[in-house]
Amino acid sequence: MFSRHLRLFLSTAALLLASWSAQAAQATVAVAANFAEPLRALAAVLEKTTGHRLEIVVGATGRLYAQIANGAPFDLFLAADQATVAKAESEGLTAPGSRFLYATGQLVLWSARPDLVDKQGQVLRQDGWRRLAVANPRTAPYGAAAMQTLAQLGLTQALAPRLVQGESIAQTYNFAHTGNAELAFVALSQVLEGGRLKSGSMWVVPAQYHEPIRQDAVLLKRGARNEAARALVKLMQSPAGQDLIRSFGYTF
Amino acid sequence: MLTPDDWQAIGLTLKVAATTTAILLVLGVPLAWWLATSRSVWRHPVGALVALPFVLPPSVLGFYVLVALGPNGPVGQWTQAMGWGLLTFSFSGLVVASVFYSLPFMVQPVLTAMQSLNPRALEAAATLRASPLDRFFTVVLPLCRPGLIAGVVMAFAHTVGEFGVVLMVGGNIPGVTRTVSVQIYDHVEALQYGDAHRLAALMLAFAFCVLLVLQLVQRRATGPRP
Repeated sequence: MFSRHLRLFLSTAALLLASWSAQAAQATVAVAANFAEPLRALAAVLEKTTGHRLEIVVGATGRLYAQIANGAPFDLFLAADQATVAKAESEGLTAPGSRFLYATGQLVLWSARPDLVDKQGQVLRQDGWRRLAVANPRTAPYGAAAMQTLAQLGLTQALAPRLVQGESIAQTYNFAHTGNAELAFVALSQVLEGGRLKSGSMWVVPAQYHEPIRQDAVLLKRGARNEAARALVKLMQSPAGQDLIRSFGYTF
Repeated sequence: MLTPDDWQAIGLTLKVAATTTAILLVLGVPLAWWLATSRSVWRHPVGALVALPFVLPPSVLGFYVLVALGPNGPVGQWTQAMGWGLLTFSFSGLVVASVFYSLPFMVQPVLTAMQSLNPRALEAAATLRASPLDRFFTVVLPLCRPGLIAGVVMAFAHTVGEFGVVLMVGGNIPGVTRTVSVQIYDHVEALQYGDAHRLAALMLAFAFCVLLVLQLVQRRATGPRP
């Protein structure tokens, strides 16, 4: 009698467990630092609606690529540019045909001080600040866009002695947030909260100053059949997902 | 073989390490002597404080240095009040961080040497009316020479090998804070594996030579005298 109940209980539990694990998968997502916050918001939506869970690895696009090329166990790669993703594709690291544009980024000049940055970015030509932080242009596309902006403004030479580099856009923001650098070129997504500037002051860099920051995503070989990774891709391409991405200051 | 940037990084690294070692020699040797001879209740807490970098991750030290030296940190406010500006992202800031980070590597070998001194040598010097300062320079330091050499070599080498702290407070400025270890990291991130290999191999050879020299020094100190 007792053992029959136990058997019934165990088989039901096993059945439930099996169906749950078939539904709720887990994926590891490598994401460029600028998109870390939006991805966390997307992951929360994904977990609530499907039960799928995401492990999130944040870094500079170049570093993440180097890790992927050396066998890092990632399922999905959200880069801050298109070139790096194209390179991963040509090296056969990705699931064929899975590449897509998931956002176009917006560069801003930001300061933790509420009165420092004006609406035209004239502060770059003035005194009253010591350090300007940019992400390493060799590895971070937002850093490359920042350097293009300085070149367009004709300030590359003049400001070179005041530049400091963060190894990713996250560290760059951190330098400005602690006030160690008064100014920083960062992603709009980092300084927005609920569609509004969190704190400090900023200049939204006009599009003509740099190449557009088109950001591609791609399923990696390992993630080709991963349910959670595929569900995230679907969410990011849905109108609701794109609205969420837009609310962080991105366009398409 | 190496790029001009690499040479700049090497030059800077040697400059940081030499400056740090010089400061540590001035600060660390008296500190070690105090730790070896003091009977103060503070000697154990101070000893623990000095040894902290042995076990603390560089990210902890880097984080505190970044916040403390920043415009809102206590040290940052003081340096600004003194008219020196902020130390973050500067050569001086890097040296300040390195002094903390390499302190136990100087103090520990010197302290060990001082603790194993034969007290009779000091007593003999005292009966010959040598002043305490005199005894320190003419008896203690010469007898502790192997420990001093080990301290200098380890402090220098450890500063050369510093990475995490530099990454967190340096800001990667060529010629100012971009040291060899950061330059290697940069090459790897940018997938310039060839450049990374050349510098990395150089560091490996340097570290090996340092440890080899250290072994020879210690062997001469403890081995049979000619």
